Order: sequence, then C-alpha cells, then structure tokens
Amino acid sequence: MSAPMSPPVLETRAVTRDYETGGFPRPRKTIRALKGVDLQVRRGRTLAVVGESGCGKSTLARIITLIDAPSSGEVLIDGQPVDLRAGLSREMRRKVRIVFQNPYGSLNPRQKIGDVLEEPLLLSTSLSAPERREKALAMLARVGLKPEHANRYPHMFSGGQRQRVAIARALMVNPDLLVLDEPVSALDLSVQAQILNLLQDLQEEFGLTYVFISHDLSVVRHVADEVMVMRLGEVVEYRSRDEIFAAPEHPYTRTLFAATPKIDLERIRARLAAKASRARGA
Amino acid sequence: MALLEIRNLSVSFETTAGRFFAVQGLDVSVDEGEVLAVVGESGSGKSVAMLAVMGLLPDTATVSADAMRFEGRDLLGMTPRQRRALSGRDMAMIFQEPVASLNPCFTVGFQIVETLKRHTKLSGSARRARALELLTAVGIPEPERRYASYPHQMSGGQCQRAMIAIAMACSPKLLIADEPTTALDVTIQKQILDLLLNLQTESGMALVLITHDMGVVAETADRVIVQYQGRKMEEADALTLFEAPRHPYTRALLSALPENAVGGRLPTVAVGDWGVRT
Amino acid sequence: MTESAASPPPVSPLLENWRYFARSRGAVLGLTIFLAMVLMALLAPLIAPHEPNLQYRDALLTPPAWTEKGRATFLLGTDAVGRDILSRILHGARYSLGIGLVVVSIALTSGVVIGLAAGYVGGKLDALIMRLMDILLAFPSLLLALVLVAILGPGLFNAMLAIAVVLQPHFARLTRAAVLAEKNREYVVAARVAGAGHLRLMFRTILPNCLGPLIVQATLSFSHAILDAAALGFLGMGAQPPTPEWGAMLAEAREFITSAWWVVTMPGLAILITVISINLIGDGLRDTLDPKLKRS
Ligand SMILES: Nc1ncnc2c1ncn2[C@@H]1O[C@H](COP(=O)(O)OP(=O)(O)OP(=O)(O)O)[C@@H](O)[C@H]1O
Ligand SMILES: Nc1ncnc2c1ncn2[C@@H]1O[C@H](COP(=O)(O)OP(=O)(O)OP(=O)(O)O)[C@@H](O)[C@H]1O
Ligand SMILES: [Mg+2]
Ligand SMILES: [Mg+2]
Repeated sequence: MSAPMSPPVLETRAVTRDYETGGFPRPRKTIRALKGVDLQVRRGRTLAVVGESGCGKSTLARIITLIDAPSSGEVLIDGQPVDLRAGLSREMRRKVRIVFQNPYGSLNPRQKIGDVLEEPLLLSTSLSAPERREKALAMLARVGLKPEHANRYPHMFSGGQRQRVAIARALMVNPDLLVLDEPVSALDLSVQAQILNLLQDLQEEFGLTYVFISHDLSVVRHVADEVMVMRLGEVVEYRSRDEIFAAPEHPYTRTLFAATPKIDLERIRARLAAKASRARGA
Repeated sequence: MALLEIRNLSVSFETTAGRFFAVQGLDVSVDEGEVLAVVGESGSGKSVAMLAVMGLLPDTATVSADAMRFEGRDLLGMTPRQRRALSGRDMAMIFQEPVASLNPCFTVGFQIVETLKRHTKLSGSARRARALELLTAVGIPEPERRYASYPHQMSGGQCQRAMIAIAMACSPKLLIADEPTTALDVTIQKQILDLLLNLQTESGMALVLITHDMGVVAETADRVIVQYQGRKMEEADALTLFEAPRHPYTRALLSALPENAVGGRLPTVAVGDWGVRT
Repeated sequence: MTESAASPPPVSPLLENWRYFARSRGAVLGLTIFLAMVLMALLAPLIAPHEPNLQYRDALLTPPAWTEKGRATFLLGTDAVGRDILSRILHGARYSLGIGLVVVSIALTSGVVIGLAAGYVGGKLDALIMRLMDILLAFPSLLLALVLVAILGPGLFNAMLAIAVVLQPHFARLTRAAVLAEKNREYVVAARVAGAGHLRLMFRTILPNCLGPLIVQATLSFSHAILDAAALGFLGMGAQPPTPEWGAMLAEAREFITSAWWVVTMPGLAILITVISINLIGDGLRDTLDPKLKRS
C-alpha cells in the first residue's frame, strides 16, 4: 500500500447536507439527509457503504464526487480541502469520477454510446479520434458489450447494459477515486463477476480507490476493505470488513445480515411443500 | 387454464446489422397464485418479453407470437383501448428503472391517486386514504410528507417503492415485477417481498419476478425460467433449479456467486452458445 | 445470435441522418416542394413568361387561363394594373423565401443563444434577459417592427432585421424553458463530472435535447416573417412597390377579394404551399433528430 505518511485520497469531516422541501403552498421544511459523516479512504483501498434505503448514501456520493457542496463540514481530496463555490480545477475534476445509481438518467438520450465513452477522453486527453474510438471499443468489450453497441442510443439497451455503459464511462480516464453507486445491482451473476474482476484488476494495476455503495452484502464482502453502515443519515458502524462480518456490533447491522436472502435447499423444500398443501386445502 | 399463456413469443428490432431478435421462441405460462421467477443474462430479453406482454414496446419493435392470452382473452387481437383498460387494473408492471418511470412533474401521491381514479370507483378522500395506506405498506417513512414529494426529491429506493405502490394500487391479478428490489436494502427488500407474497396468497395474484438475486429466487419463487440470449435455457421448480440444475448455463451462472470467489477472483461464465443457435 | 460480430462500417452522421429523413414521405415531399420553389426563384428571369412589372393596359384583371374569360398568355391571370401574376409570383419567390430564411435564421440563432444563456446561467442574468424579452413581447409586434425600421431607416434588409428582433423573444423563451427542464438532469451532471466546460454543456449536451419545440417554432415563424414583411412593405417601410413580393401582392389585392378572386388567391397559395412544405420539413427534421425513432 502507500506510504503511511501520504494523506488519504478521500477524507470527509463532519459532512452534513440539508434539503429544502415544501414551499408554496405548503410550509418550507428542511430535512437533514446527512448528519455529520466522517470517513477516510486510503489509496488503493475500497470503502463499502451499506445502509437503509433513503439514508443518504447517494447524497454522500454526490458530495464526495464534488457535485454538490456539503451544507457544513469539509471534503478533502488528497489532503486538500475542496471548496466548490470557488470553482474546481480541471485536475481536481479528473481525479474523481462517479457511476450514478440511475444509469438511464445519467446518459444523454441524444448521444450514442460510443460518443458517451469518448467524451471523457475528448475532454481530458489529446488523443486523436481513431485512438479514442479504439479505446472506447476496448472498454466496451471489457464490460461485456459488443462493438456494434457503440452506434446505439441509450434507450436501446437493457437495464444492465446501461449500467455497464455507465461503469465503462467512469473508467475511460483513470480517476484516482471512483464512487460507484449500486454499480452491479442490475447485473446477472456472471456479468457481475466480470465487472467485479475488472474493478479489481484496475485497482491492482493503477491503485484506484473505490467508494462502493451496495445493498448486496455478499458483493460487499467480496470487494470491501472497510465497511461503513449508515442509517438515517448517520454512520452506525464503520470498521474493517473482516471485523464487521465476523461480529457485527450495531443492532441495525445485525438486522441487515439477518435479512439477507439465502439459498437454503431445506427452506425451499419446506416453502414449496407448504404452498402445495395450501393449494390442496383451498 | 393458465392466467397468462404465451407461446412462441419473438420480439425483434431492426438494426443496421440486420434484424436482431431480443426474444426468440419463448413459451411462458403463469397460473393464478403462482410466483414465477425469470433470471438470466443481462440483455437476454427478460424485460423486453414482459413489455411485449404489457403491450408497451416502442414502435421499432416487431412482436410475434403463436398465442398470447390473459385469462383466455387474446392479447394480440385486442384493440389498443381494450389493452390499456386491462393494463394497470388486471395486469400491472413494476418497471426496471423506477426513477425513469415516474413522471417528474407530479407528486408521488398524485400519481397513485391518478391510477386509482382511472381504474376504481373510489371517492376523492377514499383515494387519498388508499394512497397513504399504500405508501405505508411499501415502507415509506412519513407517508404524509412523501405524498407531496416529487420523484427527484426521493432516493432511488423510495422511488422504487412508490412504483410498487402504484402497481399494487388496483390489486391486479397479474403483477410483473422487473427487478423490483434492486435499489432496496435487504430489510426493506424483505418487507416488500413479504408484502407481495401476502398479496399473492390472499388474493391469488400471480407474480412474475425478474431478478438477478438468487437469494430472492430461493426465498420466493415456485418456478424459475432461466434465459440466455433471448431463449429459454431451462425451466424448473425452485428446488430442482438449486439442487440439480440441468442446463450447463444455469450451473455456470450459479457458480458465479460472490461466495464462490477463489483467491479473490470470481469465476465468470465464458461467453458460449450454450446450445443457442448462432 | 443474429447480430453480426463485426462492427458495421461507420456511416457519416450526415448520411445517416439523411437516411432517416428520407424514410419519412412527408418530409421528402416537403423538401422537394421547397427545393422546387427555390429553383423557381433562381430561374425566375428565364422561366417567367413576362416581365414582373410590365403592365398590360389591355388586360387588366384578366382571370386565369382555364376560366372562360382567361387568356392563354396569362396563365394565372393579371392584377389590377395588368401585370402577369405568375411572373410576379416567380420573381416574388426570391424576395419572400429570402425574407423567411434570413429572418428565421437571425431570430433562431440569437434567440437560442440568449435563451441558453438565461436558462443555463440563471440568477440575475436570467431575470434581466427575461424582463427584456417581456418588454419586447409586450408591444404589438408590428408596431415594434415599425419603430425599429423607423430607427434603422426603411428598406428591405432593415425590415427583415426588425422582424427578426420581434420574433426572437419567442425563441429565447422557448429555449430557456427547455434548458431549465434539462439542466438539472443527471446526464448533464454526468457530463460535468466528465470534465465538460460550460460552453460544451450548453451547446453539445443540453441544446440537442431542446430542439423539438424550437424546430416547430421556427417553421411557424417562417410564415410570420413573410406576412410581417408584407405588412411593413404595405406601410412603406419594407420592400417598396412594385417589388413583386408575395406579402405585398396579397396586401395590394385586398380590395379585389370579392371581384377578382385570383389576385388574392394566387400569392396566398404560394405562401401556403411554402409554409406547408416547411412544416413538413420541420416535422421530418424533428423525427430525424429523435433517437427514440432510430434503429440501432
Ligand atoms: N432533492 C431533494 N430534495 C429533498 N429531499 C431529498 C432530495 N434528494 C434526496 N432527498 C432525501 O434525502 C434522503 C437521502 O437520499 P439518498 O438519495 O441519499 O438516499 P440513498 O441512501 O441513496 O437511498 P437509496 O438506497 O434508496 O438510493 C432521502 O430521504 C431523500 O428523500
Ligand atoms: N429499442 C431497442 N432497440 C434495439 N435493441 C433493443 C431495444 N430495446 C432493447 N434492445 C435489446 O434487446 C435485448 C434485450 O433487452 P432486455 O431489456 O429485455 O434485457 P434484460 O434481460 O431485461 O436485461 P437486464 O437484466 O440487463 O435488464 C438487449 O440486448 C437490448 O440491447
Ligand atoms: Mg441512492
Ligand atoms: Mg431488464
């Protein structure tokens, strides 16, 4: 790993985020979606964020990707505090990338997939058009799509294919920090395996740092170095993967683990038998 | 008689490289009160097949089938008007991309009430009460406040639950749920699945569940269809599928579970033809 | 599967768009008519049977050739001072099409840029620009155009400029509204994260998604432009008689509506056909640019 003295790639200090809702004719209201989040990720590591739906994971993702400014608190990239209001340098922009939770919304409906993938190269490298094309096609192949897909528009893809396009776009230029908001939720097991392996390869090769938001605990267990469990805008547990999976401390973490669906042949057998007998009874 | 019966369904798109079959020769039948899971490769035509059933594919798609019947009524021969009356009331669908399928211009409450208005005879206040009840049922906290929220003010999972509430609004006979719990954490996923299963035992609703989560399949499905490149590879009851999968593709798929990682790498499924004609 | 493995040879975007455009019969029809009009306008001196301003004193208000009293030399009849209507329409096409194209181009370009800036930047600039547009829209358009021509001095080009200024706020408002709807969409944020600068976000990312209503507005504005130009001409502020401009022809012929229908009908038809062809082209263009209607 990196030298112990180098600052973490990403650090947040007491980050909060308020949303205003309501307004005419209803009274205005402020909701605090994040209630002071502190985290640190070192180079080449993966932080997994899990938590209740609506607890502020995507909000956090937008803040650490420097899209939205926190309502209070501080975000540091490579040890430097970032002030969005003062504008962002190109260099800073290049460092962080995001894969949005909602891949369809994050793809321009009038842009062909090939152009989607080439855009980051066009904007931050000086490659020629054929070189960009070649890189885009190579990345398409790495996420399991075909070259002819480059000429299609986003609405012509399946949910999982769009998700892969979104991942491919984020990987086109090597970022330092990649925030992935539910990147494999719409993928079948085999493609999921392919993508997870790809992420791992890139991490080993270029020392990428990931913040990985997911609901799938088996995936989290596979990818994470540290795990952060959130609930209602607060961090309830934040420890290394092995510790948390060996002995979850917070009751909510335990509830999460207990609710994970399992493949248990006996239970399937019992369930099907119960249903059959109900059907006979009816 | 099966509630939904489809024989030899094919859906194709015109592409510059010729005709592309997203679904080819698919047979599906769903009985009342049954939970059918559809799993398979991403892009294998699961969503497209179900959208064909709902009659919601874009004009660029060509649909053909030997038979497509719902409660014995021929879906292909229906006028668009009859079809619209059916979908939303007797047949409902939860779409794969929740944020994209909600109308951004209206509040979530309004969108549920609209569905109720179109398909039921409830009075205005009864509709509102029912909408709140549905939001509570899908586990959205503070339903009164959420009632007046716009889709962009909600998290991905909250939008997904709102979609589920809309789909369940009229107690359909057939509910097609396209990856309904992808954006939900496992506790809420459990709550939603229990809700769907309850509805299904109580009212005999049939449920078609498209999912990638084998755990969900194991905990809910009666029967499973495995799809690959637009074709059905295997159809089996849930127990057989996990105990003794017959098709090599199914076996390969199950082996890619993250639990099966060796030395930090996941086994992947080689792109093969798995008996699909090329 | 049935997909071929090799990636298809890249087609130039222009050619590809043309293919989609060509699939719509209406659009091709519209384009054909419009090109025919342009050709007619260009060849007017060669194909017109008469001088457009030559007055045949012995043939005042001759009806079209196919009617009872018609004369074969005046195919579409003559007007009150005995000028051949067909020749005037052919020559007039030069002015009228030119006016329409120039006015719409100026109004569209400036309106889009202003609207984009207002919607994208927002805040004070938006408020300022939109109040300005409101002021422009508050005046009756003809009156405003008149004032502008009075300031700029009479003449066809100044009249066109004035009409463009009057039509421009419609484009600006439309663009701004569409930009406001699009600019907070996630794909715009995604492009920003990918490193796109403001200009790229405005013109490459957002603008293409706002084109639909703009195209419709542009085709509608075309006829407005022709008619407004005629009105200005009528008031002595635009093209001066005897310039054979369609709108002016219409205006001059008003008093004969009941007695000599062809004098009004013929230039009216010319305008109508042009406008319809442009509308067809506009519809085709909108569909061509809509990815939802494309094959992959
Ligand atoms: N623009 C907004 N206006 C008002 N409230 C918002 C807005 N965006 C998000 N929220 C609220 O903030 C909270 C956190 O949302 P966020 O999208 O971060 O959740 P999440 O953890 O990503 O959930 P999920 O797993 O369901 O995607 C939610 O309660 C949501 O309703
Ligand atoms: N409008 C369209 N034009 C062309 N091809 C399309 C269109 N819509 C879908 N397809 C193609 O049809 C195939 C099947 O898509 P479908 O959405 O059914 O996949 P899926 O099985 O639901 O996958 P996922 O699990 O990723 O959602 C995909 O290869 C997709 O690219
Ligand atoms: Mg989220
Ligand atoms: Mg799908």
